[in-house]
Amino acid sequence: MGPRERPQFTTMASYILRRVLQGLLVLLAVSFVCFCLFRYTGDPVLMLAGKYATQEEREMVRHAYGLDQPTHIQYIKFLGGALKGEFGKSYVSQVDALDTILERFPATFELALVAILISFAVGVGMGIVVSIWPKGCVSRILMSGSLLGISIPTFLTGILLVMLCSVYLEILPAFGRGDTVQLGPWRTGLLTLDGLKHIILPALTLSSYQLAVMMRLTRAGMREVMGEEYIKTAWAKGLSPAKVILKHALRNVLIPVVTIAGLSFGELIAFSIVTETIFQWPGMGNLLLTSIFETDQPIIVTYIMLTSCIILFINILVDLLYAVLNPKIRYN
Amino acid sequence: MNGSIKNKRLRSFLSDKAAVIGATIMICFILAGLFAPLLAPMNPYDLKSVDLGNVLIQPAWMDGGSMSFPLGTDDQGRCILSTILYGLRTSMLVGFSVVAVAGTLGVILGMVGGYYGGLVDAFVMRCADTVFSFSTTLLAVLLLGVFETRGLFTVIFAICIADWVKYARTIRGSVLEIKNNPYVMAAKASGARDIRILFQHILPNALPPILVVMAVDLAVVIMLEATLSFLGVGVPLTEPSLGMMIAIGKNYIYAGMWWMILFPGSALIMLVVGINLFADWLRDELNPKLSR
Repeated sequence: MGPRERPQFTTMASYILRRVLQGLLVLLAVSFVCFCLFRYTGDPVLMLAGKYATQEEREMVRHAYGLDQPTHIQYIKFLGGALKGEFGKSYVSQVDALDTILERFPATFELALVAILISFAVGVGMGIVVSIWPKGCVSRILMSGSLLGISIPTFLTGILLVMLCSVYLEILPAFGRGDTVQLGPWRTGLLTLDGLKHIILPALTLSSYQLAVMMRLTRAGMREVMGEEYIKTAWAKGLSPAKVILKHALRNVLIPVVTIAGLSFGELIAFSIVTETIFQWPGMGNLLLTSIFETDQPIIVTYIMLTSCIILFINILVDLLYAVLNPKIRYN
Repeated sequence: MNGSIKNKRLRSFLSDKAAVIGATIMICFILAGLFAPLLAPMNPYDLKSVDLGNVLIQPAWMDGGSMSFPLGTDDQGRCILSTILYGLRTSMLVGFSVVAVAGTLGVILGMVGGYYGGLVDAFVMRCADTVFSFSTTLLAVLLLGVFETRGLFTVIFAICIADWVKYARTIRGSVLEIKNNPYVMAAKASGARDIRILFQHILPNALPPILVVMAVDLAVVIMLEATLSFLGVGVPLTEPSLGMMIAIGKNYIYAGMWWMILFPGSALIMLVVGINLFADWLRDELNPKLSR
C-alpha cells in the first residue's frame, strides 16, 4: 500500500468504527424498548405462574425471576441475558426462545435467498430489456406491468398465485415446506424435488415487491450509463453488444441496485412475515405472528432483537460494499 | 400570472390520459367511500340487517345468486358489495389521516433538522435512519403486535410512527438547498423570526417534492392497512376492511368461492393503481428533472 492510499484507509477505518458504534447504540435503544415491552405489557408474573396460581405462588415467581427488583437492575440483567443469548423461555411451549426461533431460521433464510435471486435476476433482466428496446412491444407491456407490480400488495399477489397455481391449475403446492433434508444443524428444503416445488410460489410472492423496483432502477441506471463516453468508446472499439452491455454498462448500474436492495432488507423481512403466513411456511415470520396472537412476549422480544441485529449488520455491510465498489465516495 | 400557471397545469393534466383515468378512479372511490351508507344495499356491520340464512351466496349472475346481493355474500351473510364500500371508507380514513399526520410530523422534524443543523439534526436523522432501515411495514407489524388495544386509531398511530421518515428526509434535503438562498438571508437580516422564515419563506418552496411523496404514500399506506388487517393485527373484526375481507375469503379458497377474494382484491388494486397513475403525473409535472 503506497503512502497515497494511507489517509483514505484511515477514513475508511474510522467510518467503519463510527457505523458499528451507531449500530450498537441503535441496538441498545431497541433492547430498551424490548425490555419495557417484556416488563410492562401484559403481566409477566401471570404468564409465568399461570392463571390459576395462588398469591404465594405468584410472589415466589416474582422473586425467582427477579421481577421484584428495581427497574434499572432488571434492565441490566436483561441486557446481560441478551448478550449471552438468553431471552427466557416461551410462555407457550416452555422451550428456550432463541432456540425456538433459530430452529425456524433456515426456512426463512432459504425463502429469502430464493426470493432475492428471483427478483434480482428477473428484475435486472427486464430492466435491461426495457432500456435497450424502449419502444418495443415487450417493453411497453413490462412498463405497464411494473405499475401493476407496485400497485398489488404482496399478500394479494400470494393469494392470487395460490388461486391460479394451486386451486385452478393444481400444479404447485401452496402449503408448507415439503420434504426436507437435515444437514448437520441446518434443515434444508432445497435438495429435494418436493421441497423445490414447495418453495416456488412463496418465493415468487416474496420476490414480487422488489421486482418492479429493481426493474425501474436498472432501467433508469442503464439509460444514464448508455450515454456515457466510456460506453461510446466500447462500441467504437467494436465490442459485441453483449460485452458492452453486460460487462461495461451493467457493472456500474448494479451498484445502486444492490445498495437499494440491501438497504430495503427490513422490507424483505416484513414481507416474509406476510408470505410465510399465507403459505404456512414454517419460518420465523410465521412464528412471530403466532406468538403475537398468543402474547408470547419472550419469542416476540427475541425476534425483534435478532432481526434488528441482522438488519443493522446488512446495512453496515452494504454501506461498506458501496464504499469499496465506488471509489468516488468519500466519507468525512 | 398565477392563473396562467394553473391553466397550464390543468391543460397538461387533461392531455395526460393516464393521469385523468387515475384521478377519475380516485374521485369515484372517494365518493363511494363517503356515501357508502347511501349506496350500499345493506349495512354489513349492523347485526340487525345480517341474516345467517344468506351465507356464501354467489354473485347475482351465477346460479344460486340473488339480485339483493349483486356480488354475493361472505361466510357471515354480509353483502360483498356493501362490505367493499364500507371497507373503502376505512382505507380512505387510514390513508388520508396517516398522510396528514405523518406528513405534518415528518415535515416539521425534517425542516427543523435541516434548518438548525447540529445536534437536533443529527438526532432526528439518526432516528430517521433507524426507522427507515426497519422499513415501514415491519415496524408497523411489530408495533401493532405489541400494542394491547386494537382499533382504527391504533392502526393510524402505528403507521404514523413508522411512516414520517420519508417526509423528513425529503424536506430536509430541500431545506438544506433553500436555506442559503439570498431571499432567506435577506429575511434573516431583516430580523424575521425563525418560525416565519421556516413557514413563509422555506416551506412553500420545499413543498412540491413533498406533494409527490404524499401522493405515492397514500397508495402505500392504503396497501399497508390492507396488509395489516389481512395479517390480523390491523383494524378489529368489528370494522370493515378490504384486507380482512380477503383474509376471510382465503379460508374458502379451496371451496372455489372466488368472489370473496377477487372483488375486494380488484377494488384495492384499482384504487392503488388510480392513485399511482395520478402520482406519476404529479411527479413529472412538479419535477421535470425526475422524469420516469
